Amino acid sequence: MIEIDGVHKSFGALHVLRGVSLKVAPGEVAVVLGPSGSGKSTLLRTVNHLEKVDAGTVAVDGELVGYRRSGDVLHELPEREILRQRTKIGFVFQNFNLFPHLTVRENVAEAPLSAQRRPKAEVAETVTRLLLRVGLADKADAYPGTLSGGQRQRVAIARALALDPKVVLFDEPTSALDPELVGEVLDVMRDLARSGTTMVVVTHEIGFAREAADTVVFLDEGRVVEHGPPGQVIDHPQHERTRAFISRVL
Amino acid sequence: MTTTAPAVRHATGPKVAPTRHPFRWLAAAGVLLLLAMAANSLVTNPAWEWEVVGQYLFAPSVLRAVLLTLELTALGTVFGFLLGGVLAVMRLSPNPLLSSVAWGYVWVFRAVPLILQLLFWYNLALLYPRLSFGIPFGPSFFSVGTMDLIGPVTAAALGLALHQGAYAAEIVRGGLLAVDPGQREAAAALGIPRVRRFFRIILPQAMRSIVPNAGNEIIGLVKGTSVVYIMALPELFYQVQVIYMRNGRVVALLLVAALWYLALTTVMSVVQHYIERHYGRGR
Ligand SMILES: Nc1ncnc2c1ncn2[C@@H]1O[C@H](COP(=O)(O)OP(=O)(O)O)[C@@H](O)[C@H]1O
Ligand SMILES: [Mg+2]
Repeated sequence: MIEIDGVHKSFGALHVLRGVSLKVAPGEVAVVLGPSGSGKSTLLRTVNHLEKVDAGTVAVDGELVGYRRSGDVLHELPEREILRQRTKIGFVFQNFNLFPHLTVRENVAEAPLSAQRRPKAEVAETVTRLLLRVGLADKADAYPGTLSGGQRQRVAIARALALDPKVVLFDEPTSALDPELVGEVLDVMRDLARSGTTMVVVTHEIGFAREAADTVVFLDEGRVVEHGPPGQVIDHPQHERTRAFISRVL
Repeated sequence: MTTTAPAVRHATGPKVAPTRHPFRWLAAAGVLLLLAMAANSLVTNPAWEWEVVGQYLFAPSVLRAVLLTLELTALGTVFGFLLGGVLAVMRLSPNPLLSSVAWGYVWVFRAVPLILQLLFWYNLALLYPRLSFGIPFGPSFFSVGTMDLIGPVTAAALGLALHQGAYAAEIVRGGLLAVDPGQREAAAALGIPRVRRFFRIILPQAMRSIVPNAGNEIIGLVKGTSVVYIMALPELFYQVQVIYMRNGRVVALLLVAALWYLALTTVMSVVQHYIERHYGRGR
């Protein structure tokens, strides 16, 4: 479903991604672990072309993201095409990034209406269904500012799901939350994982990784140091750096 | 627990005496006295000539002048902020040509005094007797006499709008920059088209900081229109001057103008309050 192949990315002199390759199969949940600054967010952002890669390719659902290949050359796609591709890729941010001037309902409905141009009635149904799913049916007409952090992140998840995406990317979805609110967000994510959603989750929640992940990827200094099932990477890490990191976050 | 302690004390402990503020009372009394003196002089000093004020406040020539003032304000505001919006977007664009042109515009038009600019536009006909539209250095499609195209009202509105545009550009730019970059990012990640992103997501949030500053500017512009008196346009300030030159009732007529400016800006402040409330929703 997602194929990241040899991706490099630099910001000026800072070489953030140094040849990252990663495959995520349909329905698979991949959890990306790694110290702060190791390039996790940057990696996720290359997947929906919020960040352009310097080298390598990213494909989602068999389609090259952001570029068209002709022979040996990659040409950047026109904006319209990139936006269309992004509707297949849900993104959940650490800071929610809900639209504060729109109600919960309007937040969730915005992209299906304006990016996918789906009919109003159908979108309304989708919104109702999704808010029910994340347990916020009663908050449809509330503004994000009146919600708790956990509720906001659940709205953000509903908003990402409203596009009916092929994959959903989570960038530290619980890091901005008070500890007592982390559980309700992880519950929603576990539910998604069980229902067969393809997910890439950057998180420091080792418990979530152990239960929900099919694959755990350890990223350090822009490289995949090791990857495998949680029982292996978390409980029996092969590399010294993985071991050091795991012992710090456990 | 600090949260439970006051409740306990409330039930059993000593009462908290309200703090006294003798100087507040003194200051208030002083201000009241001054207000009373001002009111007394306004009412009793015959030099204010209230009956003359009453006579001219709703005189047709004054009402027409108020209308022209409103018209100039409206034109200056609408075209000024349209121009300012475009300049702000240009200034923020990654295209260095667009952003430096916008920067240059703001640089020039904030530097040149409005009154000078107005005279300049008014006299444009001397500089360019005919205006023609066509390809630079190439053929011209049509041309018109400058005087026909730019009458005094157009010249005044143009000057006000161009001047206002420079300030509006900075206000809009500040507003756009004040929006959390995460908002743009989230909208882009959702695949929302660029134009929609701007008008539905970014601009409404930018309006929260644009509106108070814009309100200031527009209220400034109501009074700013008074400088077009140098172009002999019968807006409010020019009109009262014409009248008091004729009848010598200077103070009364200045008061007429002042009351109208007060009324106009009051209405605008009220409108601003509702607009702010609209864009403040959700907070
Ligand atoms: N837009 C950017 N411009 C410059 N440097 C950036 C930018 N985005 C990220 N970086 C840098 O890239 C490195 C990796 O960042 P990031 O991917 O956010 O790491 P992580 O999410 O693993 O903490 C950091 O050193 C960060 O400062
Ligand atoms: Mg990060």
